[in-house]
Amino acid sequence: MRNPAFWRLMILVGGVLTIEVLCRSGVVSSYSMIPPSQMVVALVDMIRHADWFWSDARYTFQNIAVAILLSIVLGFVIGLIIHALPRLRRVLNPVLLSYYSVPTFVFYPLLVVIFGIGPSSLIVMGAMFGIVAMISSTLTAIDRIPRVYGKVARVGRMSGWQTAIRIKLPAATPRLFTGLTLAVAYSVTGVIAGEFIIATAGLGRQLTLSYNEFDSATMYGLILLILIFAAVINRFLQSWEARIYRRWYRK
Amino acid sequence: MTNDIQVALSEVTRVYPAHSGHGEVHALGPVDLNLRRGEFVGIVGPSGCGKSTLLEIVAGLANPTTGSVTFEGVRVRNQVPDGVGVVFQEDASFPWLTVRDNVAFGLRRAGVNEAEINRRVDHAIAFMGLGAFRRAYPSQLSGGMRQRVCIARTLVMRPRLILLDEPFGALDQQTRLLMGEELLRLWRETSATVMLITHALDEAAMLSDRVAVMSSRPGRFIDILDTNWPRDRDSRIVADPRFGQFTSKLWELIREESKKAMGIQ
Amino acid sequence: MKQRWWDYVILVVAMLVLWQVAFYMVGPDAIAPPLETVQRLGTLITQDDFWNNAKATGIAFFYACVLALVGGLVIGVAIGSSKMADEILSPILGTLYSIPKIVLYPVILLIFGLGLSAKVVFGAIHGFFPVALFAIGAIRNIPPVLLRTGRVMKLSWLSLARTILLPAAGPEIITGLRMGFSTTLLGTLIGELFASNAGLGFMLMRAMDIDNVPDIMALTLLLFLIATGANTIILAIEHHVHAFNK
Repeated sequence: MRNPAFWRLMILVGGVLTIEVLCRSGVVSSYSMIPPSQMVVALVDMIRHADWFWSDARYTFQNIAVAILLSIVLGFVIGLIIHALPRLRRVLNPVLLSYYSVPTFVFYPLLVVIFGIGPSSLIVMGAMFGIVAMISSTLTAIDRIPRVYGKVARVGRMSGWQTAIRIKLPAATPRLFTGLTLAVAYSVTGVIAGEFIIATAGLGRQLTLSYNEFDSATMYGLILLILIFAAVINRFLQSWEARIYRRWYRK
Repeated sequence: MTNDIQVALSEVTRVYPAHSGHGEVHALGPVDLNLRRGEFVGIVGPSGCGKSTLLEIVAGLANPTTGSVTFEGVRVRNQVPDGVGVVFQEDASFPWLTVRDNVAFGLRRAGVNEAEINRRVDHAIAFMGLGAFRRAYPSQLSGGMRQRVCIARTLVMRPRLILLDEPFGALDQQTRLLMGEELLRLWRETSATVMLITHALDEAAMLSDRVAVMSSRPGRFIDILDTNWPRDRDSRIVADPRFGQFTSKLWELIREESKKAMGIQ
Repeated sequence: MKQRWWDYVILVVAMLVLWQVAFYMVGPDAIAPPLETVQRLGTLITQDDFWNNAKATGIAFFYACVLALVGGLVIGVAIGSSKMADEILSPILGTLYSIPKIVLYPVILLIFGLGLSAKVVFGAIHGFFPVALFAIGAIRNIPPVLLRTGRVMKLSWLSLARTILLPAAGPEIITGLRMGFSTTLLGTLIGELFASNAGLGFMLMRAMDIDNVPDIMALTLLLFLIATGANTIILAIEHHVHAFNK
């Protein structure tokens, strides 16, 4: 029984090959989808030759990076604050629980009015989408810190600040990491979705353009790029998280 | 062991106030207890009688509702005094640190210089038999070893009073007996005063100079018995005929209280 | 942590106040104040056009839900029951969940065309993952001692599932179903935004296109109420099951 990563790779390869065969054989019409091999070619072609590529890519990735940073840092701090104020937490609880069932994309036009058309509104969209995941997991993470750790801190006569940094933060890290992974995914989605709707620059805009112009090659190249980007980041975070859990908990 | 009183509890009670549908809970007391410097005192009693509450009050982790606690003449209130070490029932080893860093944890905070830290940590690790595992993480160790890490972490701070709350509760009998021996070694080496809470009568009988027997809730001391064991005892003391007598006497005192605690008539 | 009913009141009042303040700050071109929005919603509900669209959304949502919840459950339980499958497939599911599925939307449109199927597919792929992931987690977290007890008692597979697996894994599975439900709704609405000529999402897009602020706000409020309402009901069921389980 070989290790799971090997089988995952096999599944991935198998999936891609299946799609390739389906496309080439005409089961899936070439109008709908081009074979994966052609997608890769289109992607490489786009990176090499499209004059808009690097500026749009930089635009999108910058927005994503800032959105991620905002949702993680702000989410963590807000989570700390809410946890320290139980009354506030009780009042906000329904909001935190229902947040992801509400179509927040409806506020996008509102954001444009406030922040104007430009990177700021996109960044806020991304951060808005990811921040609540971070807040929720910060709350859970702090909840789950074993109470005996607090006692150890008091026996050691540690100040509140020292306790927070030296004990609470490391103790909460695994669960925080899970939230972080989720927040990253949502931030990416938020920014890209924003670029679809607001569309002045960025890869999301290019995607909409190529769709409207029936430019399948570019469209699939972009889709592939974004998928790979999101998947790679997620795999990286997931394996980092797994390493943390392995060190902490017995198998 | 001198006659010098290190810890004095006077008329200590702990009452949890009534709230949201529950009435007042009279958890402990009133209790009076004096711990002499360097002695080993065991506290036994039925479950729920307030033993752990007592320990937390002595440590300064909880305040008594009435009465007072003093440590080396100073009132204990709201904070843990310097020189007190506590080993808890739950595993308090930090999973993100190696054994070595766990043991060194308190020292680093205290601003001791690096060379001294290494010396004390190495000594504590060797003393607790953890030498082969200094770079391991707690998740790789058994429950007993993790408790040893917690004990080493406490030992390294050179406490003058060591409080243990059912530290071996989760361990099997053989491990407990051996850990008990290690605790005795620790006690002799550091000359600290030790207060051990345990539900195991034989453990208390074997390890202690005196055993205080608590009633069911609200816990009060029914009796405090002297064991008169020699200081250099180890687990083989269980073979001494007086050991069996002593343990039976403990059980006699506790039996009724235990039945009360369990609701059996 | 008990939720007291006046916490909800405080929350609602606070949100209304914030809403009104936001209106004063950004003006009527961007948002409509609470009173006007509620009035507009009241008017909308009386119109036939609205109910036709609501029905369209409802149908799409129903199909998407069936696909997502049933599919997610079946696959989740299947994967969760096999340690090997869990180890291999769970990370894949996790990664698939994290990719911005909105990017797949053009593909889905091309394959399924405009209309009901595309909406259903989009809604379903959004809702499938939480259901499956939570189901896997729920089965994975069943204490092995419970399973052993079942075997000792020589229970048939069906009995085992009914009396041990379900109560033990139930609460977490229901949480997954709840998340799947909300996410499916979201996915269906997003689907309607772009390429449908029916449905509440379509109405929203139409309003957004011509900057009809009162309509945008009214529809948003409605969607918000529906989503939160459904979520609250399922949460109540969830709490009931959790409490029952203890």
